[in-house]
This record gives sequence, structure tokens and C-alpha cells, in this order.
Amino acid sequence: MTTTNKTPTLYIEGPAFWAATLPGWEIASAVFRGDGAPADPPAKRPSPQLLAPAERRRAPDTVALALEVAGAAVAASGRNAADLPCVFASAHGDLGINDYMCGTLAADPLLLSPIKFHNSVHNAAVGYWTIGTGCMAASNSLAAYESSFASGLLEAAAQCAADQRAVLLAGYDMPAVGALASVTTSREMLAVALVISPTRSARTVASFEWSLAAGALPATPVRSDAARALRVNAMADALPLFEALARGESESLSLPLSATLSLQVQLQPELQLEALS
Amino acid sequence: MKISAFTATSAVGVGKTALADALAQSRSGLRANDFGASPLPTWIGRVDGLEELRLPEELAAWDCRNNRLAWLGLQADGFMEAVAAARKRYGPTRIALILGTSTSSIGETELAYTQLADGAFPADQQRPKVHTPHSLSLFVQQALGLEGPSETISTACSSSAKVFASAERLIRLGLVDAAVVGGVDTLCGSVLFGFNSLELVSPEPCRPFDAARNGISLGEAAGFALLERGRGPLELLGYGEASDAHHMSTPHPEGLGAEKALDDALARAGLAAAAIDYINMHGTASTKNDEVEGALVARRFPGTTHASSTKGFTGHTLGAAGIVEAVISLLAIETGLKPGNVNTTTLDAECGPQIKLRPARGEVRHALSNSFGFGGNNCSLVFGKGAAE
Repeated sequence: MTTTNKTPTLYIEGPAFWAATLPGWEIASAVFRGDGAPADPPAKRPSPQLLAPAERRRAPDTVALALEVAGAAVAASGRNAADLPCVFASAHGDLGINDYMCGTLAADPLLLSPIKFHNSVHNAAVGYWTIGTGCMAASNSLAAYESSFASGLLEAAAQCAADQRAVLLAGYDMPAVGALASVTTSREMLAVALVISPTRSARTVASFEWSLAAGALPATPVRSDAARALRVNAMADALPLFEALARGESESLSLPLSATLSLQVQLQPELQLEALS
Repeated sequence: MKISAFTATSAVGVGKTALADALAQSRSGLRANDFGASPLPTWIGRVDGLEELRLPEELAAWDCRNNRLAWLGLQADGFMEAVAAARKRYGPTRIALILGTSTSSIGETELAYTQLADGAFPADQQRPKVHTPHSLSLFVQQALGLEGPSETISTACSSSAKVFASAERLIRLGLVDAAVVGGVDTLCGSVLFGFNSLELVSPEPCRPFDAARNGISLGEAAGFALLERGRGPLELLGYGEASDAHHMSTPHPEGLGAEKALDDALARAGLAAAAIDYINMHGTASTKNDEVEGALVARRFPGTTHASSTKGFTGHTLGAAGIVEAVISLLAIETGLKPGNVNTTTLDAECGPQIKLRPARGEVRHALSNSFGFGGNNCSLVFGKGAAE
């Protein structure tokens, strides 16, 4: 029983990207195309405009990362954030808060901060996003270890296709902090986002066909040195797709969901009106 | 979409029979907190026997309280055998695994922080796949021999309700033929001291919807269901997912996100509110949740609907609450048992006539289960009596 119904073609709008060396899609896409150099010195931390200045400083790293790229993706899509169901993916959640929680529990559990506790839930970032944008649509937060972006893409694509409604996808991870760094290998900050739509629009940058493939297929490798340097981050499985979106060529990508299953993505760029002018 | 196998293990016991007996006899599984080195003065829903449980040799690297509870839960009600039969029927790559948890193995990470040597995890804690949220699903995937898509949903207390929605979409689109869904959460310092820091923990057994309720009782649980395409005696009829867009740890004052989830679930099921015979409410016994949810049920359902919270039986099992209460809803359809509220003596005057202290029996054609989480994350599920095959 290996018959799979053909899944519908879906459309990508508003790719967004943030890493310290590639702070924003404009610079990231140029570097991935070989048309630019990474930021030097690297950026410190994103500063999402969705949050009030005081909140922006206090926000956990994962919240700052997620809201930065989610905001950029929705702005580039020209859509209203309040209307978009959202899927947020992160392999580890906020490793800084995990380090704080476990360290405080080991030392004096009664000192645990209530704000740190409610920020420790994996869905803190998508919670702040829905609160900040007034979004009452479905929101999700998921983890799938080193396949967290691919799993988030599958979840978002399935939701978009099943309900025929555009969906926001964001993926983000941060470096391990404190003693956790002796076991959790994620380093650097990396965040990506895009909007997946069931229909083509003026803001469509690419269409894609998608399917599951069983067997140990090799993952599509990253091509640029700048992307290679970010493979230390737990969200690194997003890099080949964003490199391909930057290059703007028709490509077949294989994104592992596990050792024996992958998400196959046939990417077809759309002609951009700006590019023609 | 049919539910061909399901099970739950909580403080009231291992498997469906123990759960159904406790519900029928209004027997709470809560006990005075005896968890950890310096237990807070509260009550908990603790699962017995996890300290002695040993995982089989080939799964031993996954050892931690949460994965032990997952393993205990998988053994009950012939669930592993049902999955093995499905695996034979469809092939391992055609079965998705979608599990919910709020804290996964964080209890083991907490333990590792008490064992640090030179600021690093000791050798036996050098297990990166255990100290991460996906630990639960990675473990269960190996334990069940599944090779389809797998993700861990972590939206706090709605986690293992939302797994039904994600699974339904994958099956509907033909990406898989079946899905194992569920959730597991275990007691740990993070949640006991965390909810305590928010002053949400009761010093007594929790009393959902009681006029004098004063907070939640935390619990731990594991639950699983096997979802397959087609008709069956028990079916998932609808689901609704919505966000409050209000506050990280307080529900929307008018329950707007919860009501959106309810509306979506009823619309997908094609049912009016009056068609629901039993509602398993989120009913945490926190002042605010019960006020908002009680008002929602009072304004949307006829007085004849039987509604209850089962948190007094199991405690609030957080990321496992969705699946445990889905299982209770399925048992209600299967057996006609509509549970009451335990520990509650005087219903809050703001509650409607729907909320019942005592259990009742009668035909349940359609059951609704509500799960609401931090971050304003809401999910409602509608299950129904389907056509026997």
C-alpha cells in the first residue's frame, strides 16, 4: 500500500531569514547567490518591532528570533498577521531558559521566577506572536530534533493544503547555554520564516510540489560558506531551501524527516516583476 | 476517521478499565505530594511503579521518567499489538506518529543539573536525544517500529489534543494511512515549582468548578490512540484550534479563543451544540479558567448536556491532558458513562446546570473534549459513535 494521493501545488511568499552573520533576507539571499558578504561585525540579536521597547530587551532569545522573522515574512507577503494560522518549529525551545530553570531547581527551587516559568513553554514564541498581532487563528509549536524545519514545513504545508488557507511557518533555534552546552550541540542563532499559500499571488516567489519518500536518501547539501557556518545550529535543516529560494532556480530538494524518510520538495521559482524591471 | 485502539494510564491506574472504574465510582487518584526531595504542600496525581520500571535493553538509552511512563502506557489495552497489526497492514512508513508533551524529558535534564562535574553533564547523561523535547516521539517511534512522519507538539496543556488535528490532515491528504497520536507528561520540578511560583497550585485536592476552588493539582499521564481512515464504532468527527491573542498565562476574559475552537470543532463535525451529550471540560480548578470555561458552556449548551472536569481524578496532566480526556470521552461513547466532578462539593453559582457533580449513565452519541494551554492555545475535539464495520 504505497499509493499516495498527489498533494496540491503550494506557493511560497515572503521568505525571511536571520542569523548574526546574515541579519535579514536581503543580505542572506545576496550572500547565498554569491553577490555579497556576510555582516561584519555580526549583528548581536534581532530586535523585533512587534514588541514594545522594554519587552524587546526582556524577551527570551527564541522569542526575539521568532518574532523578527515571522514579522518580516508576513510584511513581505503583504498579508494581515491576524488572519494567518501559524506553525512555529524549534528543535530545543529556549535553551537559555531551560538552563535557568534546571540551575535554579538544583540550587533553590522556591526562587523560580514565574515569568521565566511561563516563558519556558515551547509555545512561548508563538504565544507572544499571536498576542502581539491579535491573531486568533490556530497556532502550533513543534519539535522534531534535527528535522524540526522539515517537520514544520510538512505540518504547515498539510494545514495549508487541507484547509485551503495560507499559513505562516517560522523555525528558530539558539545556542546551548550553561551546562546544557555539554550535551546539546546547537550553536549560533538561526531563524527562518515564510508564508505558504494555496494559491498564487503577486507576492509569490516560488511554487512547490511536495511528497514523502521512504528510504535513506541523502539530504540536499548546503552550498555556500555562509550557510555551511550555520550548520552548527539545530534549525540548519532549513538552509538548503533558503539557499535554493535565493538562487531562484528550479530545484529538487530532499529534506530528511528521519534516517529513513524525507520530505521531497520540487521548487519552481516565479518570475518576479521587480526582477524584470 | 476511525479510532481503532486507545488507552490511557494515569494516577487512577494503568489502562482503560482502571480509568473507567475510577470514573464510575468517583474515586480520585490524587495524593498528598510526595514527589522530589522537598515536596511542596500540594496534592498530585502520581503514577505508581515508575521508579522500579526498567526499559528493555534495546531501549535503555532512552531511560527517563517520561519515557518510562510512555512505555508503561504503551503496554496497556493491547495497544502495541494494535499498532503492530496496523504496521503489517500499511507498512511502517505509512503510519505517522504525533505526540504532545509540555515538558518531555526535562525531569532528566533537571536531574543532570544536580550531577554536574566541572559544569558538564556526567558521562551517563551524555544523551542529546533525551535532553530535548522530541525525546518522547523518538523513543516511541523506536518502541513501536514506526517510520512515518513524526513530530512532537508542545503547546502546553493543549498539546495532546492538537495531535488529532495534525494527524487528521496527514491522513486526509493521503500522506499516510494511519497515525498513532497521544501524549505523555510526567511530574518534575519545573512544573511543580513553576506553577507554584504563579500561585496556581492548590494546597488541597483540586476542586474544579467549586465555589471555593483554589488552584490546580498537577498530575502525570500517558495516553495513545490509533487513527485510521474510514468508518468505525468510534470516530473523530471534528477538531477546532484557535488562539486567545490575550495573555501568556491567563485565559481571555470572555473565552473568545476557546469559543472559536468550539465553533470550528462543531462546524467540522457538522453538529449543533445541542447534539453534544457529554463535555469533558478543561476545568483545571484555577479561579480564572473555570470561570471563563464555565460561562462558555453555560451560554452555548442546553441545560440537558452533561459536562464535567476529570482533573479531580487524574490531576492536571498538562501536555497529556488532551489525550487522557479524549480517552475519557471515547469511553463515555463506548460505555455510556458520563463522569462527574470529584472533590467538588458546592458548584460555583456562575456555572450552568450542565456541570454535574455525580456521574450518570445514558447514550452518548457525541462527546466534546476541551483543552486550553498557556500562550492562549485552545483546542476542542468532537468524537462520535460511528457505523460499526
